[in-house]
Amino acid sequence: MTATAEPEVGKARLRKEDARLITGQTRWTDNIQLTGMLHMAVLRSPVAHARITNIDVSRATAMPGVALVLTGEDFAAEQGSLPCAWPITEDMKSPPAPAMAVDRVNFAGEAVALVIADSAYHAADALEAIDVDYEDLPVVLDLEEALRDNDLVHPDLGTNKCATWIFDSAEAGAGTNVEDEIAAADVVIERTFRQQRLIPAFMEPRSVVVDSTAGMFTVWSATQIPHILRWMLSAVTGIPEHRLRVIAPDVGGGFGGKLQVTPEELLCLLVARRMGRPVKWTETRTESMLSAHHGRDQLQKITLAARRDGTVTGLKVELLADMGAYLRLVTPGVPILGAFMFNAIYKFAAYRFECTNVFTNKVPTDAYRGAGRPEATFAIERMMDELAVELGIEPMKIREMNWIKHEEFPFTTVAGLTYDSGNYEAATARAMELFGYDELREEQARRRASGDVKQLGIGISTYTEMCGLAPSRVLGALRYGAGGWETASIRMLPTGKVEVITGTSPHGQGHETVWSQIVADRLGVPFEDVEVLHGDTATSHKGMDSYGSRSLAVGGTALVYAADKVLAKARTLAAHMMECDEADVEFASGSFSVRGTSTARTLGDVVLAAHVAHDLPEGMEPGMDADATFDPDNFSYPHGTHLCATEVDTETGMVKIVRYVAVDDVGTVVNPLIVDGQVHGGLAQGIAQALYEEATHDEMGTLTSATFADYLVPCAADLPAFLTDRTATPATSNPLGAKGVGEAGTIASTPAVVNSVLDAVRHLGVRDIEMPMSPERVWTALRGREDSGAGEVAAGGLGSIDAQGGQS
Amino acid sequence: MIPAEFKYLFPSTVDEAVRMLAEEGEDAKVIAGGQSLVPVLRMRLAAPTALIDIGGLTELTGVRDDGDSLLIGAMTTHYEVQRDHLVQDHALLLKLVTDTIADPQIRHRGTFGGSLCHADPAGDLLAPVLALDAVMIIAGPSGRREVPASEFFVDYFTTALGPDEILLDVRVPKYTGWSAHYEKLNRVAQAWSIVAVAAAVQVRDGTVSAARVGLTNVGSGPVRAVDVEAALVGQPASAEVISEAALRASSGDGYKDNLARVLTGRALTAAVAG
Amino acid sequence: MHISVNVDGVTYADEVEPRLLLVHYLRERLSKTGTVVGCDTGNCGACTVHLDGHSVKSCQMLAVQANGHDVTTIEGLARDGKLHPVQEAFHSNHALQCGFCTPGMIMQAIDLLADESDPDDETVRKGLEGNLCRCTGYQNIVRAVQDAAQRMKPGAGPDQERHSDEHVTAKQPVGGE
Repeated sequence: MTATAEPEVGKARLRKEDARLITGQTRWTDNIQLTGMLHMAVLRSPVAHARITNIDVSRATAMPGVALVLTGEDFAAEQGSLPCAWPITEDMKSPPAPAMAVDRVNFAGEAVALVIADSAYHAADALEAIDVDYEDLPVVLDLEEALRDNDLVHPDLGTNKCATWIFDSAEAGAGTNVEDEIAAADVVIERTFRQQRLIPAFMEPRSVVVDSTAGMFTVWSATQIPHILRWMLSAVTGIPEHRLRVIAPDVGGGFGGKLQVTPEELLCLLVARRMGRPVKWTETRTESMLSAHHGRDQLQKITLAARRDGTVTGLKVELLADMGAYLRLVTPGVPILGAFMFNAIYKFAAYRFECTNVFTNKVPTDAYRGAGRPEATFAIERMMDELAVELGIEPMKIREMNWIKHEEFPFTTVAGLTYDSGNYEAATARAMELFGYDELREEQARRRASGDVKQLGIGISTYTEMCGLAPSRVLGALRYGAGGWETASIRMLPTGKVEVITGTSPHGQGHETVWSQIVADRLGVPFEDVEVLHGDTATSHKGMDSYGSRSLAVGGTALVYAADKVLAKARTLAAHMMECDEADVEFASGSFSVRGTSTARTLGDVVLAAHVAHDLPEGMEPGMDADATFDPDNFSYPHGTHLCATEVDTETGMVKIVRYVAVDDVGTVVNPLIVDGQVHGGLAQGIAQALYEEATHDEMGTLTSATFADYLVPCAADLPAFLTDRTATPATSNPLGAKGVGEAGTIASTPAVVNSVLDAVRHLGVRDIEMPMSPERVWTALRGREDSGAGEVAAGGLGSIDAQGGQS
Repeated sequence: MIPAEFKYLFPSTVDEAVRMLAEEGEDAKVIAGGQSLVPVLRMRLAAPTALIDIGGLTELTGVRDDGDSLLIGAMTTHYEVQRDHLVQDHALLLKLVTDTIADPQIRHRGTFGGSLCHADPAGDLLAPVLALDAVMIIAGPSGRREVPASEFFVDYFTTALGPDEILLDVRVPKYTGWSAHYEKLNRVAQAWSIVAVAAAVQVRDGTVSAARVGLTNVGSGPVRAVDVEAALVGQPASAEVISEAALRASSGDGYKDNLARVLTGRALTAAVAG
Repeated sequence: MHISVNVDGVTYADEVEPRLLLVHYLRERLSKTGTVVGCDTGNCGACTVHLDGHSVKSCQMLAVQANGHDVTTIEGLARDGKLHPVQEAFHSNHALQCGFCTPGMIMQAIDLLADESDPDDETVRKGLEGNLCRCTGYQNIVRAVQDAAQRMKPGAGPDQERHSDEHVTAKQPVGGE
């Protein structure tokens, strides 16, 4: 066994995953073909709220190739309710969430019938022959209107209020009383922001294949959470968990959008059980838009109290969060993930957070990249700019005055979290330097003075976030239904090769590469000698999967501990083999040696000895495998400074990003290439929220952005080149020092862009522009019209798609 | 998404295609490059009983010199138009507009004639074809006929083409030596224009001797900005004249009206400079 | 309807329904699952293949429209176990994460480089405007395409002979059904 020449951790390893992905040798769920496989297609409600008075499937049943047509009635006895794992309060209202509507539909896109046919083409044809009669019910769309309870999404609940969740620093003993601070403040700023509804828009449409051969149910799904899915499918269907195997093969992106137990996964399983044959369902893009969960959608009322010198004192957050029509897996908890982050990096004396979750007749919301934290970061970073403007203080200066100094870590915040490490000064200094902050301010002044058509703005976001989800005891205290630990196994094979089994479930993050780097370093084996297995509950029986920027900080740590267990046992055996005291054994570069001698055994020698087990110390079990499960005792807290310069065309309202600098501190970096990639992608999604993306509905509740022609995911030509750099303040909460990077770019970038656009036009009298900052909204704001959230001028596009036609 | 069933016909001559159209009735549709039609079929927003694929009619492909005009075959792809020297020399505006249509893959399949017959008011080719006084040459059961662009675009997604007719060629007068510009505003590169302005000008000795201006997506079809053109002709090609003329692109107060004026000014400025 | 299509160097003769999309023909009939479907409207470009050497969206075409033509998919690029320089560049520049858009991106990048042998940043971005990626923010994709341009330049090493797309799609001895 050869030693690795240089440390793997920190090395820009090219990815192992790429070989199959760049050649088309992929294993997407939709690629799977099984003998006798049937195809499922789902008919979806075109209306947002209605009673189903009749469904006639007779024509559809008679169509060529159709095996079966089923409606909600057919599933009523067995479908149960889709799980919500996060009842945030004891009195939270939670309506039954059927996978298929039985007698009423609560959002446009909800499943009302399905066809099982011999081909996807025949299944699509038969959908058109199903006749459903709907009796319309009043549609509840607007959050504030919903709160008035005039019309109810779920009449049985008696209200549209789902739950109210409160954190108060005075009550928690983490700070003073916010009302006192507001009363005593020199300056009080109150603003309302809208977090528009977004669609995760992973590139691979969801797909499920279920094989029910011989009483064993194998479920392939394009999911982020094979382990949770197995547990939940078992809980909902009563199929014993050990009879369920879930496989997440290659999964094409998730961003939280595939952190779900979906109606279709359940329906596919129920149909496969009923038919005794394999069944496949693959969604269309429009189906994905209409039925996969959405993200964001909050109204944020923020009150900030400060002293005249710029010192912030109190922060009050009042949120309305749109649940949509049902509570999916973690729907109600998403805004709560933001509850601890509004105070961000600033030293508020008092903080109060109150969130009311509200039902509407829309697609359920749930996790989308950042989940709660982008909303919080947006609000506070916008408010810091508002305060700066109010007081006439430079926006970076006002942040600096109020942030936690690097020597103050660990720092317990007014929200009760302890930030373990950070250095906001260092990240900011580096960002300002890369950005050319002063030069751009001069350019901005020139353009203002000359009345240039294209005004320049500079936007700042000095963000932090909490990730590495999560300490199980904290999750328990927040009433989340599961733990936040992660697990890893290492199998030492007799030839010295290594298999790593992880409970994380990558879908683009590159765990196969990074996990190999960690193990190669720890065990001193070549990178190439490590194989990483994941995403199959038969090989990886235990895990909490991938979301919340948790995989490295939690799952990577489990791996480190598993490797340490391997080494500990190997050290004992090596001492036995070299006939020395264990205390005299040294380990370096994959080899054990007796201190001060040339006697040595490679790890491979020791592993082989453990495997053949001819001569083991008394009581030692054969083999050198090890498992470890890690439950962190704190979150991790990435931070950084993002600076964005935009050019705003004051004649057309068009915004162009002309420079974007991101300096992130994600702790110790294992693979800089992959970290940069995560930042780039995160930036694109955060920028897209600021400028492009929005799920829109007409007054009937029909989603009018149900295709990529209408929901504007930016392409290469719409985005700038990013300038990224890092500072590295290791996390102290895990031995890797890693903090997590999956969501940071998204969390940080949205306010940087919005602050920048407002900075460009504020001197022209603009106070706010709603997201996404479309050219029309910017222009309208510049014209001084009150409603800068005006409806869009039709700009072509496919517009409203008939939900019923949105199949196949 | 999956199209509904249809009958597929592949004529080898124009006459055969016209005959097929007549035989299949009004629920038959011609498919050219299919870049607008296939998505419509997939979404089942339309379900024609028969598709008549004119991809085999090679005589409809290419750009020909026809004396004072160019004849652009309806089946000429956008990609071919972009690279055609006759278009570059005599109808530069069409090249510049075509450069901005959709994306490279779609320009490889999508056709000049297909875009015009689809008649999406947000489609890029309608305004320049109107502004350049192009004429549609159409085949039908009773022979050939010619329809000027000003009469061809009737309404949203509606042209003067009869259900049993096929667009063969588009005759575009030569605008040799004219300069041109297409100014387009869309939210993302893939999106349709919110508004776009196609402008071609002929400048002689510093004076605008002729001008053509067409507006995309400001109504149910393309709009020729005749007032703008009139305000330019005979005037010096100066910034003042252009900004004054551009104001005539629209008199309204809305966002699109504003864009029509702003983008007209920019298109003309760039055209004159070009 | 009967069609005959050359896909990745092999000629296939098949009976197909007229409404069968080219991408479904490739995936379901020929098991060319390297080419994927990401949307319904021709926006995402994940299904991009080459038709007679030019990039097209295979979900925007009927299989019958490919009758008599040559199709190259992501699976037809590597030859004799050797990757196409654009494939190599995507790997070397970490231009993919989940990889779902990658086949379409690579096919479009090859097309772009056939027209623009040394594209600047803006040219690459415009050339890829028919392809969506949700993971990378495009930064490394743009870098990869520019890197590939250098790799494909005449004199750039052993891959120089493979600098044109036409070369890649050149016919190989055919078997087929």
